[in-house]
Amino acid sequence: MTAPATLDALCTEINWMIGGPQGTGVDSSANLFARAMAVAGYWIYGKREYHSNIKGAHSYFLVRARHTPVHSNVDPIDLLATFEKTTAEIHAHELLADGALIYDPKLTDPDKLNGLPPSALRLPIEYDAIIAAIAQETGSSPAKFVIMKNVIAVSASLALYGVAMASVEEALAGLFTGRRAKLVALNMLAVNKAYQAVEALNVAGSFAHRIAAQPNPPAKTSRMLMNGAAAVGLGKLKAGCRILTYYSITPAVDECIYLENHPEYGMVVIQCEDELAAVNMANGAATTGIRVSTSTSGPGFSLMAEGIGWAGINEVPVVIFNYQRGGPSTGLPTRSEQADLLCVVHAGHGEFPKIVMAPGDMNECFEDAFDSFNYADRYQTPVIVVPDKAIANGTESIPVFDENGLKIDRGQIVGPQSNPDDMDASIAHYPRFKITEDGVSPRVFPGTPGAIFWTTGDEHTEIGHITEDPAIRLAMHDKRMRKLDLAAREIPVDRQFMLYGPEKADITLVGWGSTKGAVLDAMPVLKDERGITMNYLHVRLMSPFPADGVAAIIKAAALPVCMESNHQGQLAQLIAMRTGIQLAHKILKYTGRPISQTEVVDAVQQVLQQRTERVVLTYGH
Amino acid sequence: MVTKLLNQPLRASQLKSDKHPDWCPGCGDFGIVNALQQALAEMKMPPWEVYLLSGIGCSGKSSHYVNVYGAHTLHGRVLPYAIGAKLANPKLTVVAAGGDGDGYGIGAEHFVHAGRRNVDLTYIIFDNEVYGLTKGQASPTLPQGDQPKSLPLPNINQAINPFALALACGYTFIARSYAYDAKHLKATIQKAIYHKGMALVDVLQPCPTYNDLRTKEFFDEEIELRGQQTPRVYSMEDEGYDGVVKNPMDREEVNAKRLAAFEKIYQQEDRVGLGVYFQIHMPTYTDLLRNNLPILTTSAPIDLPYYDDQMNPVTDLASGWQDFIV
Repeated sequence: MTAPATLDALCTEINWMIGGPQGTGVDSSANLFARAMAVAGYWIYGKREYHSNIKGAHSYFLVRARHTPVHSNVDPIDLLATFEKTTAEIHAHELLADGALIYDPKLTDPDKLNGLPPSALRLPIEYDAIIAAIAQETGSSPAKFVIMKNVIAVSASLALYGVAMASVEEALAGLFTGRRAKLVALNMLAVNKAYQAVEALNVAGSFAHRIAAQPNPPAKTSRMLMNGAAAVGLGKLKAGCRILTYYSITPAVDECIYLENHPEYGMVVIQCEDELAAVNMANGAATTGIRVSTSTSGPGFSLMAEGIGWAGINEVPVVIFNYQRGGPSTGLPTRSEQADLLCVVHAGHGEFPKIVMAPGDMNECFEDAFDSFNYADRYQTPVIVVPDKAIANGTESIPVFDENGLKIDRGQIVGPQSNPDDMDASIAHYPRFKITEDGVSPRVFPGTPGAIFWTTGDEHTEIGHITEDPAIRLAMHDKRMRKLDLAAREIPVDRQFMLYGPEKADITLVGWGSTKGAVLDAMPVLKDERGITMNYLHVRLMSPFPADGVAAIIKAAALPVCMESNHQGQLAQLIAMRTGIQLAHKILKYTGRPISQTEVVDAVQQVLQQRTERVVLTYGH
Repeated sequence: MVTKLLNQPLRASQLKSDKHPDWCPGCGDFGIVNALQQALAEMKMPPWEVYLLSGIGCSGKSSHYVNVYGAHTLHGRVLPYAIGAKLANPKLTVVAAGGDGDGYGIGAEHFVHAGRRNVDLTYIIFDNEVYGLTKGQASPTLPQGDQPKSLPLPNINQAINPFALALACGYTFIARSYAYDAKHLKATIQKAIYHKGMALVDVLQPCPTYNDLRTKEFFDEEIELRGQQTPRVYSMEDEGYDGVVKNPMDREEVNAKRLAAFEKIYQQEDRVGLGVYFQIHMPTYTDLLRNNLPILTTSAPIDLPYYDDQMNPVTDLASGWQDFIV
């Protein structure tokens, strides 16, 4: 047991996991851990996995921290922190050979754990003894402090990694603010004792994953530790969204709760009776000229199709967020999937223009949330944004969003058409659906004198009255669909798709949404460790589909491979539909667990060397 | 709530749009839309501040026939649209129109929850017991055992009692009128629009094509009651019924009025009482929102600024960032 001699022997990255029954503070302990690592200057990626259950079922949280920015997790972990026995039983085999297990010796016998690498370090932590000591010091009952087991597990982990106690204290101060500030001192009692317990075991020197101090820590206040749901919420606030309607559904509800928690912005958050009400309430509000959005997940989105069609034919700028989760039906309610793409692109019967955006990380969540309202107003059509559960519930440390250069675009709005005191003129009719060259008709809102018009789910005339006249039908349908061409021309290309990595590469991955993080993280690993060059075509705008640009990149690729979290390769299907190009090779995952960096690296190597056409990934509990 | 009324009443004809109704001759819908036009004209409502929304079916077309901002929405969904519009822009006078199938059938869930929210809007239901536009199927208000000529077999479903439902859900204004009593209907619509809160007006409306049971003749005839001939359709107020709660803080009065309304609603007789069954003044959804979002005390959602004259967003996210800075 010798301490590492030089900084070189210390690690610059850790992969930590904590687990436990839902409701025992797994989530908050992972938050504390991530925050402490962030305070220590590290970049963070956190993955949250939980059952569709309130209390009791197994949940866990993975935190990866690195000297440089990180956007995904890797599979083998180096430290598993447990305070009950199930987590050790489920995850012990996921430890690296030189990893470590923190456990409660009263509940867990490491010798009886299946798959625990024999060489892994074993760290018994006497949770009950520590809690008893805290109880005695504060003169309270030990029962009061059982909940602190997770803080002890976090602190023992940080002590083993070699993170200074001051970072934990600062992280606690960040978590417990205002009325809860007094909890910092109490928690520090537990932190102290956990550090002492690890010190007493005298094993730190033999832990291969002790970490080096971050040599170039990013400036304080320049970074946020954020999840995708909040990133979307902030983008909506910045865009001036004033009404958010929703019906409770996982994981979309996280965004709604976040926003309802910030009444200072004046956003009216309405919990509706169902998703039909949510989308139609949003439609009703949007017709008055206000910026409005509704948020849901797969099953709720299915219910919204009718209202989306109404918005389509009436050119209502409504913004819909569909946080994808495992389907079909209620599927895997708390797990991630990217399987709503074709449903979303084709949502609603009949034909109408839709704008569909798929953000791939926190920053894209913020940008797309902001832009979605501009596009909705500019093209007067529903805009559907499809993040996924992995982004919504994933945690990442990221630079503070860049708010510079953001502009509000309300599209074409005209004022009153006559003097309100001129009574007769004030009930003059307004061609709300005027046939125009680019398909966009200048809007007015109810309340505007001299501009009365109608909306109807039926085909309609320029003022909005029902018609079945074939000539008007043709002109009106063409007019609406022209807006798609306009949007395709106007939306900046770098918001439509992006090629990451070298222009020429051995293999080109084609993907969308949250797989972006794992692919980008895998790119340098493939190059440095396996000698494989890879680039990544990230498609972000799904409708109107950037067919020409995507086709050009795929045609130039040595080996194009689609990578998605679904069974069919839905983006590959969309590409085939829009470009005629078939992607023969697919790497797919549909266990409901997001794709890891490790899986990308292995799968890419397999496809490249064995020309496997369909690789199905399965790692993760 | 209307911010500015016209200096003089409009003529009802000015509120007729140039779209000719395509309802069947003799349809009660004509009477309802005429009464609505007269009501709005007389109330000096600026037409551009009225937003008339309708659902699907024969009644769904009514929004096209009135010269105000109109939205012909989806089957059963008119209330969510109306609520969204009113909450966004409380300056609009929002009137929703729909049929009995639309409101009490496919839209029943929205009907229930609209009562819980007490948004300040008026909901007029064209109640003819059948689904006219799809050839006369039974609606939720058609009594059990009835077989209008359009039904292949007698109706085996029970009818719902819309007023009992509305009362249970928290509607703060509940009234009934009749499509062919223009004066009563106009006055009732006006009361509903003046009412601050969720107002329901159920209008008995003969369907001359499919409902040969509750016809105009049926409603117009006299019946015998306690040995006397009396009109089938009568005004409850004329007989001394008063469903209006004078002091909403007086629990005794509220209980008494609510019980009296229930009694009236379930009264088993061959006559039909028109008038206000129940009315109470309670804080509206918008009033209650202001408790949670004080910023809405001085500005409606639609008036909150979010960009400057250079189109730069003005929302300062600083307090939002604070949750996440590390």
